[in-house]
Amino acid sequence: MSDLAIDFCGIALKGPVLNASGTFDAIAARRAFGDVLLERFPFDAFVTKTVTLAPRQGNPPPRLWETPGGMVNSIGLPNKGLDAFLEQDLPQLAELPVPLAVSVMGFDHGELARLVEAVGARDEVALLELNVSCPNVETGILVGADPGETDAAVRAVRNRTAKPLIVKLSPNSVDPAAVAVAAAGAGADAISLINTLKGMPLHPRTREPWLGGNTGGLSGPAVRVVALEQVAAVSEAVDVPIVGMGGITSGSDALDFLKAGASAVAVGTESFRDPSVGRRIRAELSAFDEVQTVRKHQPISTSTRG
Amino acid sequence: MTDRTQCPPERRVAEVKGVRRLGAYDLITARDPVGPENPQPGQFYMLAAGDWWGGGAGERPFLPRAFSHAAVRRHLGGGVELDFLLEDVGPGTRRLGQLTEGEPLMLLGPLGSGFHPAAEDTRPLLVGGGIGVAPLLCLYAELLATRAPAGVILGFRGAAHAAATELFGGAAHVVTEDGSAGDRGLVTEPLAAQLDRDPAVTVYSCGPPAMLDAVRALCAERGVECQLALESGMACGYGACFGCVVPTASGYQRVCVDGPVFTGAELAVAL
Repeated sequence: MSDLAIDFCGIALKGPVLNASGTFDAIAARRAFGDVLLERFPFDAFVTKTVTLAPRQGNPPPRLWETPGGMVNSIGLPNKGLDAFLEQDLPQLAELPVPLAVSVMGFDHGELARLVEAVGARDEVALLELNVSCPNVETGILVGADPGETDAAVRAVRNRTAKPLIVKLSPNSVDPAAVAVAAAGAGADAISLINTLKGMPLHPRTREPWLGGNTGGLSGPAVRVVALEQVAAVSEAVDVPIVGMGGITSGSDALDFLKAGASAVAVGTESFRDPSVGRRIRAELSAFDEVQTVRKHQPISTSTRG
Repeated sequence: MTDRTQCPPERRVAEVKGVRRLGAYDLITARDPVGPENPQPGQFYMLAAGDWWGGGAGERPFLPRAFSHAAVRRHLGGGVELDFLLEDVGPGTRRLGQLTEGEPLMLLGPLGSGFHPAAEDTRPLLVGGGIGVAPLLCLYAELLATRAPAGVILGFRGAAHAAATELFGGAAHVVTEDGSAGDRGLVTEPLAAQLDRDPAVTVYSCGPPAMLDAVRALCAERGVECQLALESGMACGYGACFGCVVPTASGYQRVCVDGPVFTGAELAVAL
């Protein structure tokens, strides 16, 4: 048996299992399951769905497509916007029994800075996660896939809050480790990865794009090996803690991510198959004796052999 | 009736008691030993086979599938027995239809908000199509105990699908698109005739999108209140993924938590 408690960027967590941003709505879940959810909360910290400055409706349906071992989503970041989030959702999220991380996305540096400042100022918020899986509106370059863009984005907001900033990378990049180095160099306290892999399912009869948003992101067990490689590559390159995610379905999967260099893990798609899976994964992980030794390991080398 | 019985927050195992063929449909009966005994008509469950889920065509299914329960009965051994009506239209329904007695059925439910009481001074009128007859059957059984419906109108593609009317015990007025069972036509024709005779009804409807939209439009035209139980592709069933939205008067809403039952007024935008 292993003790799973960790200190994550100065925040004490009872264990290392978080939810992936956008894969669990704690407020809707309380409506569906009742307050017993709070007694049996599936995660050691809760990460909100991404909040943007202006409200967003999100993409037209269909928003989902099932794949072998996973799914593609094109949800489109629907949210009520910063003001309504702070006024309506934050007081309810403050009632959760675990520390709160708020994910934010800005479409230019000004927006991002305003979000970080407003959210960071709230006592209910322990950490912030920067969702940079969005294009620079001027250049079109995907911020989280580009070291220069990521450096600029983090620099633009670092002095707006003293709270821990986690930067969530996009896997759709040539060199995630270089992006991680840029983020850490600009002042990020932690790195989280992977986000979803870009994909485009086609309608089985018309063979036109199935999703209302045309393209979407692949997640689930099918991406786990991709996520593990990227976590290992980033872990070789930076010293800041890493939240690893991508297709985790079990304690054994979680242990793989810890071995690859993550300090904490996040579960997303698997929660859709069972809302309580975070608890199961934590329990399974604690049954492994190796958790403590894995935490002191040498990084796995990702350079190609032979 | 309340419209929402709360769901235990973990996926749980139910035991398949049997799968019966009903024309084009499969009717699955499963015993849910520890689940709530009072799921509301119009609520739904997320279902997955406990074994061999993901071993089908194209390595699917992966995600669970959403179905409203067609019936619920207390089980003398504890818990409840639930009936689910489904048609083999893909890898998920194919695997579910192949379940045999004793196999595990993974359940999450009941979910969503079901039908709510009829508007005052009106009687309930049930109008359904295809697989949508399932939640209406559940509603019908409850209404028989309290407030007899003004009628049940069911529409299907043809006789193979119209076999499902057997579940209503002969009480339904049946129409089929090809005329192979009941009258030839769509549910809107007998519905309009019924509203001519007696407009003091609240319409409860469930079925394919085109049927629901036609029912909604007819009720709006006649000033009759209606409650529509929608269906959507879903991943989670409890509001986590935002994948199941439908356009409403207040923007996109999630069918799984804000529905699946919506009023006609809320849906008065193109479905």
